[in-house]
Parts: sequence; structure tokens; C-alpha cells
Amino acid sequence: MIRLIQLDGVTQMLDSKQIQKWMQLFAKEIATNKEYLSDLDDAIGDGDHGNNMDRGMIAVIENLEEKNPTEIADSFKVIAMALMTKVGGASGPLYGTAFLEMAKAAQNSEDLAELIAAGTAGIAKRGGASAADKTMLDVWIPTSEVLKNGQLTAEKVDSFVESTKDMQGKKGRSSYLGERSIGHIDPGAASSGMLFKTLIEVTK
Amino acid sequence: MKKIINNPSDIIPEMVNGLVRSYPNYLKQIEGTYVVARNDGDKKKKVGIVSGGGSGHEPLHAGFVGKGMLDAAVCGQVFTSPTPDEVLAAIKESDQGMGVLLIVKNYSGDVMNFDIAKDMAEMEDIKVEQVIVDDDIAVEDSTYTQGKRGVAGTILVEKIIGSAAENGMSLEDLATLGKKVIEQTKTIGVALKPATVPEVGKPGFEIADDEIEYGVGIHGEPGYKREKLVESKKLVEELITKLDASYDGLSGKKFAVLTNGLGATPLMEQYVFMNDVLNKLEEKKANVLFTKVGSYVTSLEMAGVSLTLLELTDDEWLKELNDSANTIGWGDTNVR
Repeated sequence: MIRLIQLDGVTQMLDSKQIQKWMQLFAKEIATNKEYLSDLDDAIGDGDHGNNMDRGMIAVIENLEEKNPTEIADSFKVIAMALMTKVGGASGPLYGTAFLEMAKAAQNSEDLAELIAAGTAGIAKRGGASAADKTMLDVWIPTSEVLKNGQLTAEKVDSFVESTKDMQGKKGRSSYLGERSIGHIDPGAASSGMLFKTLIEVTK
Repeated sequence: MKKIINNPSDIIPEMVNGLVRSYPNYLKQIEGTYVVARNDGDKKKKVGIVSGGGSGHEPLHAGFVGKGMLDAAVCGQVFTSPTPDEVLAAIKESDQGMGVLLIVKNYSGDVMNFDIAKDMAEMEDIKVEQVIVDDDIAVEDSTYTQGKRGVAGTILVEKIIGSAAENGMSLEDLATLGKKVIEQTKTIGVALKPATVPEVGKPGFEIADDEIEYGVGIHGEPGYKREKLVESKKLVEELITKLDASYDGLSGKKFAVLTNGLGATPLMEQYVFMNDVLNKLEEKKANVLFTKVGSYVTSLEMAGVSLTLLELTDDEWLKELNDSANTIGWGDTNVR
């Protein structure tokens, strides 16, 4: 079990079944918004983020159902391996590394905020990006901050995603556009927003 | 979108099947993966050479698998880096105890996935080194971008390294050689029409019928300048001027020259273009020792060409370029 402090100060406990539920909601959100994510990617990347994430999340759900892990660390490990081996591109290793670091952190911590902070550090290390580089980190960094105090809301997640719009891409394919990348939401930030909004949904 | 395909999500398995079944004397598929490996039975003990990347650039990379070039190539989804488990399978297939060199094009996804695979292989006690190809001078190399991209010059790197490995060079020396060759390899391209990724269904960028864009990447990444279509001589002038500046002058230097079609541009036009390139290089008093023309690093049905120069600062490189390579993609060699 891992705990998450809610907005109202109540601590919610999550078990591996709820992690599975979280992933199901996330997979559904990705499938529904596949084209939207690819359109965002089309503007500043190569237009395949939606398809790649959808392929990965289908594998995540299949593997969770098949392996049916009962420990939180194992759940995150199954998710990490599915994403790492099925998504490809840059998103695969980045999301994969995030969940792998969360799996490692889950062996010593029961605090989801700490786990997500570990995942955030993993993304930063793997991709070499920092805050305000217009990447998924611009959602992961502020989310892990507000999670610590139980202040995470869907509105805040939306605002983190939206904040990438005015940034200039400095990592990955959007960096080739320079100033022309300004004005577009980062697709990795958008899918990360969906990840955290479905987390809020599952803990309601 | 008009393409000869079935279900867009089946393209990679169907393409790999079609390829290995057409050339069984050269290639085989590693079961359960989209790794294409040598099947010629003429393998001597040497350092393994592995490359790979997103698909849609054929014949790169699988077409360069064979004696004298690559031992295995990993085919990712269209324009999408392959995953670490696939790269690991290629490494294991190619290792004969002397280690494996990875030739990676400089894209964030490829670099990360190959890096994870390298870590995984080292955990299994396989020695792995990698070289990152970044020959596209359309992009400035700065801390504020991903850096220069890997494009058509990759095949010259694969050829020289492949030949040196066949001649018994060690893993460490191959990595050093690769870095030296990459430093001297520079490419610049021009696109006339965009490519459409099958799963996306619409062109990667929009360009008017009478416009061209200089410096477009092999995944349709934006270039540095757009203008009205001009004649071949003018195109060549623009591209050679860029290369000239990048080499600090071409006069008196020895070069290998590659004109590469991006997918939809016919060979006829590529020869016209190369004729102008060779005229211009003559005018610049560059010494051309190796030439190659054809569609080797494509971008689906993108129309356009890229021009690669490799300054032959080491005489061995010319020999290695001219060495025979038993692959379906490289073709006959020793042209000069």
C-alpha cells in the first residue's frame, strides 16, 4: 500500500488494484485523445505521440492483467517494462524510466509524493532536460511539488500542461524549431497531464 | 493518403518479412523481434557492428546488413526509435566475444533507447561502445537544441566502420575511428515535397507546389530557409556554399561525395544534381576521390535530395569505402 494526502487533508491508501485502475483510466484517456496528442506532436515533433503511447498503454493493461502483481513496486515495474519495450521513440524510455524509478523508490517509501519525485528525477537524468525546456518535466516537476502538501487538483495539472505553450523547446525534436516551438503545448506534457488527472480521479 | 499497405500498424512486421524472404541468402529475422541479421554464413570472428532506428528510411539500416558493413539492424516503428529489448537482441546476436559497436543517429529517442540497451548488455558482460552520427549541418550544435541530426552520412560511417571491423580492428579503435569519420562528415538537404507517416495519415509539413525548403530533416524536421523552386545549379550553389563554410573551404581537400535521394526523387534528377555538384566541386578545386548516387537514406515519399561530403583526412578511409560489401543496399563499389 502507498499513501497519498488528499486536498481535504485525508490520507488515502492505494493498493495494487487501484494502481491497475489508475492505469486503465490513463489508457482510456490516451486512447480517446490519441489524435489530439498526435496533432500536438505534429506541430512541434513528428506526429506520432498519440499512437506510440496508445500502443504502450495497451501493453501495460495486458501485462498488468496477465502478471497481476500484488506489490506496488511490482506493479510499477510491470508498467515500466511495458512502456520501455512497446512505446519506442523518446517517450518510451522516459516514461519507462519514470515508472522504474518509482518501482525502486516503492521498496523504501510508502509516500506516493516521494515516488513521483523519484520518477521525476529519473526523467530528468535520462533525458538531460531541466525545468522550462518545454518537456513532460514541466508537468512532473510542479506536480511532484504540490503532491507533497496534498494540493494537487485537476485545474493545477491543466495549468502545468498549459504553461508549456509559451516555452521554447530546448530538448528533443521541438528544439529544432527554436522560437517557432512557442505557442504549442508540448505533447509529452499533455500526456503527463492525463496521467496525473486520472490519478486524481482514482483517488476520489 | 495513397500507400500500398494493409493495416498501418502491421507495416513493420510485414516489411521485415518481405525483406528477409526476398533475400534469404543475405538476411534473417531474429525470432520475436524486428531485428534483421546476417544470414550469409561467411562470418569470421570480429567486433559486431549494430545499427538501427525508426523505419521509413529504407534501405537504411537493414539493407546494409552483410559482410563488410552491419551484423544486425534494428527496425523501429515508422520514424520511431526501436526499444531497448530489440537493440539488446541485436547486440547479443552480433557479439562473438570481441564486443559490439553501436552506430546511432543523433535523435533523443535513439540515443536513450540504445543507451539503455548498452547498459543492459553490459550487465550481461558484453562489451559495448557507441558512436553518435550527427552530420546534418542544417542544425546548429548548441546547448539549446538536441544538437545536429544524423542523416545520409550515416551510410559512409557504417561502410568505413564495417570494413575496418571486417579487417580485424578492435572495439576501442573502431569507436575512435567512428568518431573521427563523423567529425569529417557533413550533410545538407533540400526538400520539395513532404512525407506522410502511415499511422498519422497526413503530410509532416505543408509546402506550396512551387516552393522548396533547405535543411529539412529526414523526419520532416523544419529546415533553415524556404524559397521558390530554382534550377538544379542554383540548388547546388546554395548547398555547396553551406558545406564550404562548414569545412572552412574545400580547395585542395580530398572528399567522398554522396548524393542521396529522399524517397520520391527519381535517379534521373539525382544524376542531374550530382553533375552540377561535381562541376561546382571542380570549380572549387576540391579533390573528389569517391562518389555515390542513389536513394540510400530515404524519408518515405519525401521528394528532395541531400548532399554529403566526407573529407578523407585519412587515406585508409578511401580503401574502406571501396572495399566490397556484401549487402543488398550498398551495391557495387570501387567506382573510381
